[in-house]
Amino acid sequence: MLEERLSEIAFFHKAQAQSLKREHLRQKIWLGLMWLVGLITVSILILVVGYVLVQGGKAISWEFLATSPKGGISGEGGISTTIATTFYLVGLTLLIATPLGVGAAVFLIEYAGEQSISSKFLRVVIGVANFAVEILAGIPSIIFGLFGYALFVSTLNFGFSLLSAALAGACLVLPTIIRTTEEALLAVPDDYRRGSLALGATKWQTLYRIVLPAGLPGIITGVILSVGRVISETAIFYVTLGGSYHLPNSIMDGGRTLALHLYYLAMDTRAFDKAMGTGAVLVVMIILINLLIDLVSRKLTAGVRKVR
Amino acid sequence: MSVRMIADKTVKIVLFTSAIISIIVVLAIGFFIFRESIEAWTKLGVGEILFGAVWRPGQDQYGILAMIIGSVSVTFGAILLGVPLALGCAIFLAEIAPAGVQAVVRPAVQLLAGIPSVVYGLFGMVILVPLVRNLNVPGNSGYGLLAASIVLAVMILPTIASIAEDAIRAVPENYRHGSLALGATKWQTITKVVLPAGKSGILAGVILGVGRALGETMAMIMVIGNSVIMPKPLSGNPLTYYLSQARTLTGNIAVEINYATGVHESALFATGVVLFGLIMIVNASARWIIRGQKFVEKANEEQVC
Repeated sequence: MLEERLSEIAFFHKAQAQSLKREHLRQKIWLGLMWLVGLITVSILILVVGYVLVQGGKAISWEFLATSPKGGISGEGGISTTIATTFYLVGLTLLIATPLGVGAAVFLIEYAGEQSISSKFLRVVIGVANFAVEILAGIPSIIFGLFGYALFVSTLNFGFSLLSAALAGACLVLPTIIRTTEEALLAVPDDYRRGSLALGATKWQTLYRIVLPAGLPGIITGVILSVGRVISETAIFYVTLGGSYHLPNSIMDGGRTLALHLYYLAMDTRAFDKAMGTGAVLVVMIILINLLIDLVSRKLTAGVRKVR
Repeated sequence: MSVRMIADKTVKIVLFTSAIISIIVVLAIGFFIFRESIEAWTKLGVGEILFGAVWRPGQDQYGILAMIIGSVSVTFGAILLGVPLALGCAIFLAEIAPAGVQAVVRPAVQLLAGIPSVVYGLFGMVILVPLVRNLNVPGNSGYGLLAASIVLAVMILPTIASIAEDAIRAVPENYRHGSLALGATKWQTITKVVLPAGKSGILAGVILGVGRALGETMAMIMVIGNSVIMPKPLSGNPLTYYLSQARTLTGNIAVEINYATGVHESALFATGVVLFGLIMIVNASARWIIRGQKFVEKANEEQVC
């Protein structure tokens, strides 16, 4: 087909045919190169994840997971307390961030439309709040850490503790929760709200009974994303959580998350085998979280399709 | 007023309060970091901090120029290595890859974004640093700008690739049809029509990648060596600049904050102010470039993920 066309063109414009041929060759080379780039990207992932899982897997045993770290110059012991601390911190951070984030998103989406016309003040506040969320999303984590250190650790005297770390961590995940919730609320059809209001429900009843349940999968996605961020985050907790490998007894105690433990193992004790083991546990958690998000968002799109 | 109405009003006030939390947090971050840094700015002088080449807390010398140069150098290296890969990836995903291949590559890019930075740092320490150490240059420890640039390039790849992909996808289908109908090849269409049309979004992706690179902390501490020296070529060959050890602004804060007191602590907050300012400028320019475009929201999300 191509050849036929080429010769047809060549009959009149031989030079142009040659240039077309050249273009097709160039296209082949470049498209091949793009395939290569895709392949390289996947290979990088397989290399990093594969290496960490295989090498780290050697260090992982039931004993490694179930005994507490013993400190010492070669990082003796396992990682049990750091797993527990990670869960404590994830729980506390989300306990703080989720209500605030969801509340903010509900206000920004559900109340912005109705009031902005009548109240200039509210319109300005909503604009500024949206801008603030944008700024928060771009702030690097060490700045949140520095802020947490200045305000929670020093000024408010919470010390190096779960509370300080969770408050600083909440600032980090707030934009994630706000944005995902906003998106979920925007996806809820307006007919739902009108139907509810027409039946005599108040705005709050409509929100609580109709809009929030409909947007729940999206909100859950935001929360799971945030869980992943807290698990991976190190810089903030490095400067707010203290780093003790003992199990915290209260939210005023310091501690050490898995990621932080990996850092101390690699940098202070050079116990690379145990650091790899810890890294493998982290990577498995992140993979599970990604799968979970995939699952929930698939549910979300399925739900929306049903509505339509 | 009925109970229901009162409940309605109360809820509205509560929601309003949570909506302004992000405003309060941003202001508080700016306020506290700046307040803590005032001592350093006034005692040492702005010029002394920004352009001072020596950071020696023991002798009350707090110049952060070496760290600024370290951060900029490693970011430049990461952009040089990461951007071609990320753009190729974006073009591949948006224009070339069949659906089945996309279903493999896109989750891979997402997962790359999710891997904790300490894991990248550890990978760098165990694999990259020994590899770099093999380069036979006197004074080469393996730790330094090159290893850090490679690690950072992989870490910013997902940010740039996914924003650039969205920008490319946002180019109207008509443009492609028009170009193909005029007899252009697919590759000509991509380079002469699609990429120029999507260039502002692509550029914004690269700039947001720069922002991420400047802000990365733990992985950098782990592979860059952290010596507080002005990076310089180790031998006559200028390329050996990248074998030099260095320290980033972020690393300077993280490594020293837990034991610093007095002016030293304040100087670390000043480092934070500089970092904060740099990143605000970078992010603002990205937003200015993509202002008013459809995929802006998506770009925000990429930032937070």
